[in-house]
Amino acid sequence: MAAAESYPDELRYHEQHDWARIEDGEATLGITWFAQDALGELVHVEAPEEGATVTKDESYGEVESVKAVSDVIAPLSGEIVAVNAKVVDEPERVNEDPYGEGWLIRIRLSDPSEVDALLDVDAYRAFLAEQ
Amino acid sequence: MPQTLLRTPVYDRHVEAGARLVPFAGWEMPVQYEGVIPEHRAVREDCGVFDVSHMGEIDVEGPRAHELLQGLLSNDLDRVDPGGAQYTLLTNERGGIVDDLIVYRLDPHRYLLVVNASNRETDFEWLREREIRGSDVRDVSDEYALLAVQGPRAIERLGVPDAPPFTWQEGELDGVEVMVNYTGYTGERGVELMAMADDGAELWDRVIARGAVPCGLGARDTLRLEACYPLHGNDITPETDPISAGLGWTCALDTEFTGVEELRAIKDRGPERRLAPFVMDEKAIPRQGMPIVEGGEVTSGTYSPMLGIGIGMGYVGTEHSQPGSELSVDVRGTPRRGHVVTKPIYKREEA
Repeated sequence: MAAAESYPDELRYHEQHDWARIEDGEATLGITWFAQDALGELVHVEAPEEGATVTKDESYGEVESVKAVSDVIAPLSGEIVAVNAKVVDEPERVNEDPYGEGWLIRIRLSDPSEVDALLDVDAYRAFLAEQ
Repeated sequence: MPQTLLRTPVYDRHVEAGARLVPFAGWEMPVQYEGVIPEHRAVREDCGVFDVSHMGEIDVEGPRAHELLQGLLSNDLDRVDPGGAQYTLLTNERGGIVDDLIVYRLDPHRYLLVVNASNRETDFEWLREREIRGSDVRDVSDEYALLAVQGPRAIERLGVPDAPPFTWQEGELDGVEVMVNYTGYTGERGVELMAMADDGAELWDRVIARGAVPCGLGARDTLRLEACYPLHGNDITPETDPISAGLGWTCALDTEFTGVEELRAIKDRGPERRLAPFVMDEKAIPRQGMPIVEGGEVTSGTYSPMLGIGIGMGYVGTEHSQPGSELSVDVRGTPRRGHVVTKPIYKREEA
């Protein structure tokens, strides 16, 4: 079952509908409720390898629903320290719990100052309202 | 160019049900309600209803209606009696497919053609230009609503009489007069109910009240692809011929119709390429337009909700078209392995 619309206060957001949870120089990344709702039930997650690097504003993977495929954009740069294998096996986890079990990757930040450019929850909600 | 999208007689019901609406062939149509996968499963396991009122209906009537259509449609219309229906093709001089359609014989001198929404005007013009004295061709699309009610429990839930596929009868559903057509596009048993446009919304309500799950165009596409029914514009076009597309069975080559000589020649020499159904052996979803590494490209591709893997169809060289032949699809730069299968890609085991 898909989750109800929500945007947790403690996360930072990217305009490509990605979120970042920042803790101790690392960030867990995923796609927002808005992104999973726009795609519909996910059936495939093309995840990168652990150890690879991701670059802010560039694609690091793909998520696909029955009807559509979308790049996943990195909100921050860094080295991948963990990939959520669960969403590769069960992509619908992203729809069910986009900020919890549906996380995609965790990275070690290469430039923590990039965080300043991300939106806080109010700014992201305002951005969505303009869409 | 901005253009006003057309709306079916059931449009308000889709909005009320919270459907996601998308432009399709000039219409504003529901692509999904709850989700493609649950809707797909409802049709495979029980009963779903699709509003397909956007499809075109062309009425061909007159003492020479049969003669006109026998000369324009690929299948043998002599084999259709009043009360019967037939899957057939409108072909061009090169043997290409102008459209695929179902013809219903209403009475000895009257036929109803149900055609793809995207080809409604083309088909109508095509027939109209070739009209002969004693045949009258009319586009009656706006007069009717059409609901496809499909699934193993569709007939039981509707309480309509059971009847063989490719027949039709006049009927009534909870007070709404309908033409009950035993046809569909899902690979399941079911009917397509045609009613006057003004009765469309009420018919929808009656069908929903009988337990059908509302389904959108998303599930319609995954269902038809699992069943290996071609989609005109993707898998078959005016540039592709029915022999290569595996639709030779719809072409009565012993009758005379537009393009038949070209089709006889293709059949005699054997097609150079064939439309092959395939499944992926790697986790990847083929999409329309992706290259097939062995030559050709994907004409339809999606995720199969029943099999849980990527599936598709595409034209490949005849030597690569046999079931079991391996192929690779170029998925955004990465070759992904799959293999050709027999039609249909998925068929439910009868209980």
